[in-house]
Amino acid sequence: MAGTGAAEATGADAAAALLLLSDGRLPAGGHAHSGGLEATVAAGRVHDVASLEGFLRGRAATSGTVAAAFAAAACARVIRGEVADLGTLDAELDARMPSPALRATSRKLGRQLLRAVRVIRPHPCWDEIGTSPHHPLVLGAACAAAGLPPRAAALAAVHDAVVGPATAAVRLLGLDPFATHAALARLGPMLDRIAADADSCAVGDPADLPADSAPLLDLAAEQHATWEVRLFAS
Amino acid sequence: MLPDHDLADADHEHPHPHTDPAGTLPRTPGRALRIGIGGPVGSGKTALVAALCRALGSEVDLAVVTNDIYTTEDADFLLRNGVLPEQRVRAVETGCCPHTAIRDDISANLEALEDLEESLPGVELLLVESGGDNLTATFSRGLVHHQIYVIDVAGGDKVPRKGGPGVTRADLLVINKTDLADRVGADLSVMDRDARAQRGELPTIFLSLTEDPTAAPVAAWVRACLASSRE
Amino acid sequence: MRARAELATDYIQRTDGRGRSRITTLRSESPLMLRPTFPKGPEPWTDGAANVARVCLAAGAAGPVGGDELVLRVDVGRDSTLVLRDVSATLLLPGPGGEQSSTRVTVHVCSGATLVWIPEPVIAAHGCRHRSDIRVDLDPGARLLLREELLLGRHRESPGTVYQHLRVRLDGRPLLNQQLSVGPGAPGWGSPAVTGGRRALGTLLVVDPRWSDDPPPAAALDGDSAVLPLNGPAALVSAVATDNLSLRRSLDVGLDRLTG
Repeated sequence: MAGTGAAEATGADAAAALLLLSDGRLPAGGHAHSGGLEATVAAGRVHDVASLEGFLRGRAATSGTVAAAFAAAACARVIRGEVADLGTLDAELDARMPSPALRATSRKLGRQLLRAVRVIRPHPCWDEIGTSPHHPLVLGAACAAAGLPPRAAALAAVHDAVVGPATAAVRLLGLDPFATHAALARLGPMLDRIAADADSCAVGDPADLPADSAPLLDLAAEQHATWEVRLFAS
Repeated sequence: MLPDHDLADADHEHPHPHTDPAGTLPRTPGRALRIGIGGPVGSGKTALVAALCRALGSEVDLAVVTNDIYTTEDADFLLRNGVLPEQRVRAVETGCCPHTAIRDDISANLEALEDLEESLPGVELLLVESGGDNLTATFSRGLVHHQIYVIDVAGGDKVPRKGGPGVTRADLLVINKTDLADRVGADLSVMDRDARAQRGELPTIFLSLTEDPTAAPVAAWVRACLASSRE
Repeated sequence: MRARAELATDYIQRTDGRGRSRITTLRSESPLMLRPTFPKGPEPWTDGAANVARVCLAAGAAGPVGGDELVLRVDVGRDSTLVLRDVSATLLLPGPGGEQSSTRVTVHVCSGATLVWIPEPVIAAHGCRHRSDIRVDLDPGARLLLREELLLGRHRESPGTVYQHLRVRLDGRPLLNQQLSVGPGAPGWGSPAVTGGRRALGTLLVVDPRWSDDPPPAAALDGDSAVLPLNGPAALVSAVATDNLSLRRSLDVGLDRLTG
């Protein structure tokens, strides 16, 4: 089966596809998003590598976990040819994002990733996925289109959830990039576990997918949306 | 080994997005011409955008995407100077990396441009203003049809000699603030000579927006671009 | 201890046109005690009206305690109005052997019916291990006001572990699905992305069919609270605070915006 080896991050061709999709240089808009970090820095809650690591841990445990689960679920649906089910996932994900600013950001990043993967990985599902799908769903579908399994999609999603804010912290706070990446490395086992959990519920009822919330991320997103001057789009 | 279709592509006669060095973004009939305006911080990009809006606003249906740190003050500046209503300006946040947003990852700018095309069905000209960056920042050929690079005499008369992709490859180089040349000790003839050496046949325009607030020669160049794209 | 309680209302129309809501089921099981009651304190929407059904819930003197499993079912019948409150705050306590306690509440609000559910705060005492699961099914045209307040530990005490899960469906479709995990069993819970060391967290959900699909606009009330319009005729007020009083104040500000 294509890509099963990549589930252990040891596969050959499909593992390269995973690296391509999870590379920060993928032209899909991620570089301009801080995942709530810009507003959190402004509020004084993140100011050094230790507080950044705490922020990333919380983000991975909440919105990262939800994104991983939905990316895995979308990947599994596309692999099985059940693209119509993505609509159900989309509605379930909406219900897990009470902040309208975060819903809008997720759809914006979804559109931008869709624009990129249409060219990078042509697949019939791109014509059925809608014009403004949530980002984790496009990411999951893109993994499926690249021959990757749901677990790889989950890993890409939760990786994306922490790498973006970490990079933003380097730019906003001038943190030592080595120390920042060391913090990311320490999160590795947690991200792997989240991806494995997401994989285990990928084909279940969408209503039962994780719904972990982060009150401060919701509040930070709404605050950020009111700013007159923003360096990051979210 | 290359797949067959790549070899076939090399024989195409029509301009190909990856082989034509000049204007590579294909022009779609009925859709707007996109011109990028880049250059270092403080060289006068926003002022040039305002001047072009003022000069062309009455004859061309135009809108602006700005990648600069954009405040209501900037919006007011465009409103006051360019008669450009709010719905004709979109701001794109670049996450502290303005060059990334116009070159390496153009997806947010493409979103903004398509958003403007959708909300302004008759729009003919879209100006994309980059955030102020260094001399190595240029626009992706996947984002704009033409690009203008703006430098100014106060940045030093050595800038054209330093080159960089903006100075050497932009479709138009604008050397702004010529009225300050004497005061900053810049030799315009040196700048002219170096620009010619770097740019070959590509045009360079010396400009002072304080003396020519409509940027007449730049506006004329933009008109020519529009005319040739309509052919 | 296991307990199962049940509550249902209906609406009776009188010939003079002045109908009233009536309690049709009221089944208590210790320690989950339900009592009909009179208006107590300010009431959003119903404002002390006499033709409304009011019930108070007492979950025992202290607890739930680890090992307790409490189940409550609430059915708000067509066109009826129920105001459900608590007698006092709920203190979650550890069980003798570290067992988990749980409360499961299933709510159905019929078309034209209103549920105002404004419980007192839940306090997660040190060492507790509790899971709360609330499932609300709303028929089209149902109204809901639901407040949840969680205090992390008693005075100067670090909290035990609490998992709170709220699922609300409207006409069978998901409207809100939020899980909050805090305490030693929840990695990252004290993160600057999640609670940031705040000791009081709360939400107020308002579903009002009058909004159709156009709820009030988003508003960041201050750095610590916001009004969040959902994708549907609903809005959530979310707030974090250093203590229960400022949390209640923030939620009340949001409440005024949504019901005032």
